Amino acid sequence: MTALIVAHIIVIIAVGSVVFHFWSPWWWTEVASNWGGMDSTILLTFWITGFVFVAILFFVAYCVWKFRYDKNRRAEYQPENKKLEFHLTWVTAIGVAALLAPGLIVWNKYVTVPEDALKIEVVAYQWGWKYRLPGEDGILGKTSIKYINDENPFGLIPEDKNSKDDLLVDSDELHLELGQSVKFELRSIDVLHNFYVPQFRGKMDMVPGIITFYWLIPTRTGDFEVLCAEYCGSGHYAMRGRVIVDETKEYKDWVAQQVTYEKFLVENSNEKTIKLVKN
Amino acid sequence: MHEDENNKLHSKSQTLSSDTTLESAITGGDIDYLPPQELPDQDLYHSHSWWTTYVFSQDAKYIGVQYALTAVGTGLIGLVLSWLMRLQLAFPGLGLLEPSAYYQFVTMHGMIMVVYLLTALFLGGFGNYLIPLMCGSRDMAFPYVNMLSYWSFVLAVVVLLASFFIPGGPTGAGWTLYPPQAITAGTPGYNGGIVLMLISLILFVIGFTMGGLNYIVTILQYRTRGMTLMRMPLTIWGIFTATVLAMFAFPALLVGCLMMTLDSLLGTSFFMPAMVSMGETLDYDGGSPILFQHLFWFFGHPEVYIVALPAFGIVSDLLSIHARKTIFGYRMMVWAIVGIGALSFFVWAHHMYVSGMNPWFGFFFATTTLIIAVPTAIKVYNWVLTLWKGNIQLTLPMLFSLAFIVTFLNGGLTGLFLGNVTVDVPLSDTYFVVAHFHMVMGIAPILVIFGAIYHWFPLITGNYLHEGMGKFHFWITFIGSYAIYFPMHYQGFVGVPRRYFEIYDSPYIETSTIGLNIFITIAALVVGFAQLVFLYNIILSARAGKPSPKNPWKANSLEWLTPNMPPEHGNFGKELPKVYRWAYDFSVPGAKEDYIPQTTPPSAVVNAKVEQS
Repeated sequence: MTALIVAHIIVIIAVGSVVFHFWSPWWWTEVASNWGGMDSTILLTFWITGFVFVAILFFVAYCVWKFRYDKNRRAEYQPENKKLEFHLTWVTAIGVAALLAPGLIVWNKYVTVPEDALKIEVVAYQWGWKYRLPGEDGILGKTSIKYINDENPFGLIPEDKNSKDDLLVDSDELHLELGQSVKFELRSIDVLHNFYVPQFRGKMDMVPGIITFYWLIPTRTGDFEVLCAEYCGSGHYAMRGRVIVDETKEYKDWVAQQVTYEKFLVENSNEKTIKLVKN
Repeated sequence: MHEDENNKLHSKSQTLSSDTTLESAITGGDIDYLPPQELPDQDLYHSHSWWTTYVFSQDAKYIGVQYALTAVGTGLIGLVLSWLMRLQLAFPGLGLLEPSAYYQFVTMHGMIMVVYLLTALFLGGFGNYLIPLMCGSRDMAFPYVNMLSYWSFVLAVVVLLASFFIPGGPTGAGWTLYPPQAITAGTPGYNGGIVLMLISLILFVIGFTMGGLNYIVTILQYRTRGMTLMRMPLTIWGIFTATVLAMFAFPALLVGCLMMTLDSLLGTSFFMPAMVSMGETLDYDGGSPILFQHLFWFFGHPEVYIVALPAFGIVSDLLSIHARKTIFGYRMMVWAIVGIGALSFFVWAHHMYVSGMNPWFGFFFATTTLIIAVPTAIKVYNWVLTLWKGNIQLTLPMLFSLAFIVTFLNGGLTGLFLGNVTVDVPLSDTYFVVAHFHMVMGIAPILVIFGAIYHWFPLITGNYLHEGMGKFHFWITFIGSYAIYFPMHYQGFVGVPRRYFEIYDSPYIETSTIGLNIFITIAALVVGFAQLVFLYNIILSARAGKPSPKNPWKANSLEWLTPNMPPEHGNFGKELPKVYRWAYDFSVPGAKEDYIPQTTPPSAVVNAKVEQS
């Protein structure tokens, strides 16, 4: 009796998990980048692991019921079965390889940045985001922690000529152009952070002292939330931003509104002068 | 003086070997021949005072219980912290916690559960209690050091809990303690709590090393006559391999803690690059935060197996005993334990796929990680094949073992998601990870711990645990914890990040996800309540439970074959047991009973057709 109940519950867990998987409302949001390959790898993993999960639980349930205790019966005596163990080993190895191979192919793409990718710097700090675009020369000027102050919030090195035309986006909102590949150069000025947009799938920690990166191509327009995905102190949960994927025209309009470092310096000194005059 | 002792030892071992029937063995006359004892019998310290009996005891069994009770007591604090966290997540409107308190609870819950509960309970608790008994020795090799090990652990716990009472409170750095945030403003407890945490971990490692050396030396040197390595119960294999792993892994944690302590107190820059904190440029320069992550996970990943391998070993024994069947593929099981242990040192950076380390490492660590799935799968197959054509008694230890198979299988398979570097990218740092590691190294090993407690409680106290309360505890814990963690994976797919004090109504998260949070919290509270019933059962049954006969489960291993139950100091009375077979001779054809204890000589069961011993 107990054996029957236990066997049934194990079956219910197996079937219930599958039912939950297909009918629960909780699933990923529609992908908005070229990393749909990650979704397909997850689906493949689901099929293989789901099959193994259900098969093994059914086997256990069957054993619990079929071989329930009977004091007049003896268990079978079989310490080993080398042939069976060997077959199970290579079947498992093949299953694992079938998961790994597609995974590594996608990973290879993830770490290989296309040459025409637009470099955009994402700067993380406790607790917010700002961004920097390379300007007309396509090169981001060098930065250093030492230079960070009120007049130079990004810490650009003033002697570096490449920095003059860099566009400074001192706001948590970034725009991207639909279909244009982007390499995010990730920089943190304080602790670890992680630039995460759920719809883009990509993720990478931002580590003070080094520049990390990942790349993607936005594949649909929309307004997406940026979240920090590496714990960074008590404001971690509130470290949000926005990424808006635009058609080319809207994107160009947005870029045109941004201020270059050179202009920023002038504006800053103007403000100072005004302040001085006022005083 | 020194030579004298040597002579004494020599003469003692000579008298020992003269007992044995060496000659008849050489002539092939005695099927019960065993090699002579190699070491002289242990000279045990017998306590004289109340202090040395009840506080600074040197009896491994007593130390085991001390370890277990301290670990469980600390674990209860971790449990209460998890309730508070779950209440905050389900009902953010109540304003129950401040963000800083939430993060402090996250951190303390994690560290307590992984290190101070699971590691201490499996190795300090079960290790101490079972190693000498199952190996057939009188005690640990170094009982005094063993006592020091426990008291270092107590000191570590006291230092850890003291951080709740200092200004700024305990550290809120997350259990991984990643610098720079762990020691800079912006993280709760960044100047006091973190230092106490690091000191506590250092004390834990010191204490654990004293205990660990004992376990290793005892298993290698103090097994009784006939107890060859390949006759040891898998419980001992699991504990042994886990201890060896710990001896290699904990030093990485130790140096990591020492270096961070120096960074915090003396201003060195091991892990600290030039950085700005709260608008101020700090004096640090040139350190590497990723270096700490490598040290941490070089400890942290083997740590998973330090917890899992003893559970693997124990559950193998429970399944075999309660299914009345030989463990399937014992040799494969041993090699799988050893293989998993060795491989576990080559997979650590799978915790760091998106850490900013060179992304090309991803190829190597994804491959090694998925390779480790093969021996792990073999273990699962062998457990379920042990059930095949068994004679399965659905006792509480068996029920918990079955529940372990379900949860471990689930958690192991989701490991294939996270280990496969590409799949890890969208899922890392989401609730999928939280669900995965709770299922695989929280719930699964704890179910084994419960099974083991129901199994060995009669040995420790002489009484059974109450069956009815046990069943209640089992069903609520098993179904309840599955209900907590299975749906939680799907929050991860949605993209809910972990370590979020509050998620708000983010545009990409359906509001029903919040409803799921409430469900999970209720399930967690119910499961927590069942643990109180379990504790009540322990106290009640220890005092006035149903008395158990000797060897109540009809097991073969030595711990059940002591002259007294519960076993006394020195374990085995006057003479140490002699071992003639492995611990898995169940349902041997031709034998009268369905089990043959390890001490039964072949001449007593001549008709039994034993294949492997």
